[in-house]
Amino acid sequence: MSRDSFDRELHAVKGNLFHVTEEVRKNLSASVKYLENRDMQGASMIIESDEIINLKCLEIEEQCLNIIATQQPVATDLRLLFSILQISTEIERIGDYAKGIARISQKIGPGKLIKPLLSIPRMEEIANEMLDDAIRAFTEDDEKAAREIPARDLQIDILYNQVHRELLTFIMEKPSNIEQTMMLDWVAHNIERVGDRVVNICERVIFTVTGISVDLN
Amino acid sequence: MNKRNFSQNMAFGMFWLAGIVSVLIMAFVVGYIMVKGLPGISLDFFTTSPRGGLSCDGGIYSTIVTTFYMIVVTLVFATPLGVGTAIYLTEYSSNTDNRVAGRMVSIARFGVDTLAGVPSIIFGLFGYALFVTAMNLGFSILSASLAGACLIIPVIIRTTEEALKAVPAGYREGSLALGANRWETTWKVVLPAALRGISTGILLSAGRIVSETAIFFVTLGGSYRVPHSLMSGGRTMALHVYYLAMETRAFDKAMSTAAVLVALIIIMNLAINMVTNKIAAK
Amino acid sequence: MENETTRMSTEDYSLYYGKFKALNSINIEIPSNRITAFIGPSGCGKSTFLRSFNRMNDLIPGVTTTGTVNLDGRDVAREDVVKLRKKVGMVFQRPNPFPKSIFDNVAYGPRLHGLKNRSELAVLVEKSLRQAAIWEEVKDDLQKSGMSLSGGQQQRLCIARAIAVEPEVILMDEPASALDPVATLKIEELMNELKKNYTIAIVTHNMQQAGRVSDYTAFMLTDQNRAGNLIEFGATKQIFTTPVNSRTEDYISGRFG
Repeated sequence: MSRDSFDRELHAVKGNLFHVTEEVRKNLSASVKYLENRDMQGASMIIESDEIINLKCLEIEEQCLNIIATQQPVATDLRLLFSILQISTEIERIGDYAKGIARISQKIGPGKLIKPLLSIPRMEEIANEMLDDAIRAFTEDDEKAAREIPARDLQIDILYNQVHRELLTFIMEKPSNIEQTMMLDWVAHNIERVGDRVVNICERVIFTVTGISVDLN
Repeated sequence: MNKRNFSQNMAFGMFWLAGIVSVLIMAFVVGYIMVKGLPGISLDFFTTSPRGGLSCDGGIYSTIVTTFYMIVVTLVFATPLGVGTAIYLTEYSSNTDNRVAGRMVSIARFGVDTLAGVPSIIFGLFGYALFVTAMNLGFSILSASLAGACLIIPVIIRTTEEALKAVPAGYREGSLALGANRWETTWKVVLPAALRGISTGILLSAGRIVSETAIFFVTLGGSYRVPHSLMSGGRTMALHVYYLAMETRAFDKAMSTAAVLVALIIIMNLAINMVTNKIAAK
Repeated sequence: MENETTRMSTEDYSLYYGKFKALNSINIEIPSNRITAFIGPSGCGKSTFLRSFNRMNDLIPGVTTTGTVNLDGRDVAREDVVKLRKKVGMVFQRPNPFPKSIFDNVAYGPRLHGLKNRSELAVLVEKSLRQAAIWEEVKDDLQKSGMSLSGGQQQRLCIARAIAVEPEVILMDEPASALDPVATLKIEELMNELKKNYTIAIVTHNMQQAGRVSDYTAFMLTDQNRAGNLIEFGATKQIFTTPVNSRTEDYISGRFG
């Protein structure tokens, strides 16, 4: 049996989700880059574009709602739509983390950072790659990949701990650094949260494919 | 439980018996006629005309010809009238807002139903009074056919109406929705679909002509000669059986003619069955 | 309904069977090249309303109407009914191919409207059967009786027959209610194709079907006098997610008492 128009609609939502994920990934890597380069204008651009991302996520939500109301999806189709709804929420939150980093960058102001960033860009790189792989696993119904990706979150956690300790020593060395240090710690924390969100996405992928809810954290 | 089964068995036993008796009676009638009639039948019996007189020598050639004439001429009169009326009643009148037409239709329907129940001799008397005497057509195939037409028109109307009603309403809607008017719909869709049903009615009517006697007794005359025009008198096979039995001593010939008649009726009924079965199969 | 061209519309349209009011002052605009579904419980007048668009109700003795039904802005009551039905085709609940060959079924309408040329007819028949997505299944034997096809094929044949007269609008009166789910799906997909060239109005008692196939949905319901009223009309997505009228919501969510 073919339900061409229904399949087309499903395909369109999936496409939109993929698209918005791309934009979030761009924002995420840009937010860290602008923080490194002290690019204030870039930071405000990210904050603006997050509005668009939010709107797009709302649009995906509406599309899902319409499909559920008019097409009565069941089984795999229903799980898929349910997952799209949840994943779009996760993506929207990741977008917010990128925006958060941009905000922090603005608060720190245009001056030079107290130290060159090393671990934070590395964390962002891993998280970004994880997100890319997770969304790819979703579009390709790749359960195996979805089960492997969360292991990389451990690396992020390790790096986060490193950053945290490193920043503590900075405060101890020079208590006047405390404000900027805490802000950088907050940036690292944001990226650490991205990792957790990606793990949630992986759980959704497994649910879509198998119908089983799992906890990968 | 047993009591109920018992009463059921009793009831069905009785029905079975009734059925058997009916079949036996029919088999006996047909068998008797065949046994008595068949020995008198030869090729000559079909090809020579009766010679009259008390012994009534000869065969039944002229009566076969007359019967054939009667069927054809009567149907020529009755079919267009009957089919036309039925089309009007089913295809047109039932869908009209016109009060006068509606009233006319209910009168026509009532008339048709009444006519169908009138004994055939009444049609004979009417035919005698109107066609034979008043219109001065004499005892002739024409008079008899006109009277016969009056007899079978209700049959044709009824069967045609049934045939038209059996055509699904969807055909009509489908055609009308494509922009056909009512006549185009009737002519191109409804009539072709009802053709077999209408044919059945016409065949039934033909059977009626073959088997009818009373009406022709008073309109057809009774000449045993071969008819040469519509104005000739004549006798149909059924009528011949009557004359032979009542007015001659040739009872054996009456039986033989009856046997031919029965065979003809059986053949016509088989034809009707074939036509209706084909409808059912469609 | 913004950004849509209106193909058919009604203004204060009421219909009476004798003295009984069956449709009560309906105003609606049917957008061009869209599928508009009429839903509502049995007896709400949706079929009667659909049949007003090609004046099929004219055939029923005692029917009178007030208000207007318009096609491209012109009152259909003033149009020649033959021309109107050429522009507004109809597909019925039960597939009703004529007891004729597949070819003659499709050629029936065009012949009626004066097309005699055999080769032109053949081209038109093929085109119509292709549009109705049944050509591949019947092309080898167009002389076969239309009645010998399966129910779903018969219905697609009827759709081909309807589009052979090149209408602007196709009315469908529960076109899939006599069909199995697979055949139903084929008809629904076909409708999606057809809306590129035609405006479609469909009556269905199957809400799910209305949700699946239509762009706009009209919900009808009888009032206390048993007259059919248009309760709510809007984009199908809106009707199925955020109906404005509580009775619409009760009906589409299956809570109808």
